[in-house]
Amino acid sequence: MGAQILGILVAALLSQNFILVKFYGICPFMGVSKKIDTALGMGVAVTFVMALASAACWLVYNLLLIPLNLVYMQTVAFILVIASIVQVVEMFLKKAVPALYKALGVFLPLITTNCAVLGVVLVNVSEGYNFLISVFNGVAGGLGFTLAIVLFASVRERVDKAEPPECFKGFPIALITAGLLALAFMGFSGLSIF
Amino acid sequence: MFEIFIAVAMLGGLALAFGLVLAAASKVFYVETDPRLDALNECLPGANCGGCGYPGCGAYAEAVLNGEAPIGKCASGGNECAQAMSAIMGVKAEAVARKVALVKCSGQKTYDETGLQVGGAKVKGIYEGFKDCLAASRVGGKGPLSCQYGCLGYGSCTKVCKYDAIHVVDGVAKVDVEKCVGCGACASACPRSLITFVEYGTDVIIACNSNAKGAVTARSCTVGCIGCGLCKKICPQEAITVEKGLAKIDYSKCVSCGLCATVCPKHLIADAKIRNDKDPVPAPNKV
Repeated sequence: MGAQILGILVAALLSQNFILVKFYGICPFMGVSKKIDTALGMGVAVTFVMALASAACWLVYNLLLIPLNLVYMQTVAFILVIASIVQVVEMFLKKAVPALYKALGVFLPLITTNCAVLGVVLVNVSEGYNFLISVFNGVAGGLGFTLAIVLFASVRERVDKAEPPECFKGFPIALITAGLLALAFMGFSGLSIF
Repeated sequence: MFEIFIAVAMLGGLALAFGLVLAAASKVFYVETDPRLDALNECLPGANCGGCGYPGCGAYAEAVLNGEAPIGKCASGGNECAQAMSAIMGVKAEAVARKVALVKCSGQKTYDETGLQVGGAKVKGIYEGFKDCLAASRVGGKGPLSCQYGCLGYGSCTKVCKYDAIHVVDGVAKVDVEKCVGCGACASACPRSLITFVEYGTDVIIACNSNAKGAVTARSCTVGCIGCGLCKKICPQEAITVEKGLAKIDYSKCVSCGLCATVCPKHLIADAKIRNDKDPVPAPNKV
């Protein structure tokens, strides 16, 4: 159990990082990584939603899809669940914690279309994790997302100050940076604890 | 065939269940908003420049609604915006004068045909760091200029201006007063605190910020205020004072007669009317 948890953590953070190794969730990764603060906000929001989505999707999968022999419908069903969760979370935060709602701002609805969330729940299903491990995998996946986007944002803040050739200014140099960061994470690829 | 119906029923049921949850949640978590908030947001320009001191137009509208902020802080919206907002809030607003940014430096560099510098702020060395004013002002030597107060000309103000109203011309930032809305973003970005605000249409301005002793300023710039006090003596309204080697105009007394601009030996008091009649270029001194 302990070894499995550690293994999941190492995989989600480093060797199987959702963004830099599996290339899920590239849209928010490129879109909200201009500043470290906003990147961190996005990371926290994604972690929160991933944990909730993992729990809800585990319930839907094991209590609904498996008994009805509808496992092939999992992707559609999970998208439905995730979209609904994000909406409910948004309304809840607006009412209960307005300060956090303001801090997250537009990032919350953006998570609906973040495929890293869908990726986490699909991994949970294919690995056959139980409920608690699924939720933990959700949290770990979110932390991996946060790590990647904060690292990338801090590199981008510095690259913005430098003067790349005209044709590389803006997004081209950001994409190259992302590629180099992903190459760096390839160094973890052999790492596994099981 | 039957499996299709199960699948449709399952997905439809799931969607219906989530739909009901969402409907219930929107009732349970309903947050009442004041209709005046939307109306206030409509009046504001929505540029989120931050000139009012709040994080954005939305935050300012909220502060006005809660009575925490006075109406008329929006420099960008100006008088029109203040009147519209006061109509919504049911109070009378005072007329707001439009303010524009002013860069207190006239050290535009001029060169003769051989490339030798003949006018403006003297360059003491070559700076090769980040092309950014803050970076240049932090390194030893404080950037390329002899003058410790003058415009570095790397355009930190240009980068933060959302209205495309400030540009570096001949090494000194220059404000386009027609585009400037007085939001103050450039003033906070300038590491030398060179940018101040004057009423739109002010034509007599002292464009220098040097607090150095007269002799030091004279050595480092051909258009620096040396604190000679000629402008102070000639001013019929006693609107000019000289402090720390720098002349300053009190605009509550100034009547824009332009006499000070005629006597300034460094030609740094800008006055559009007078400059056009006399030589527009500052007298070239050897630097």
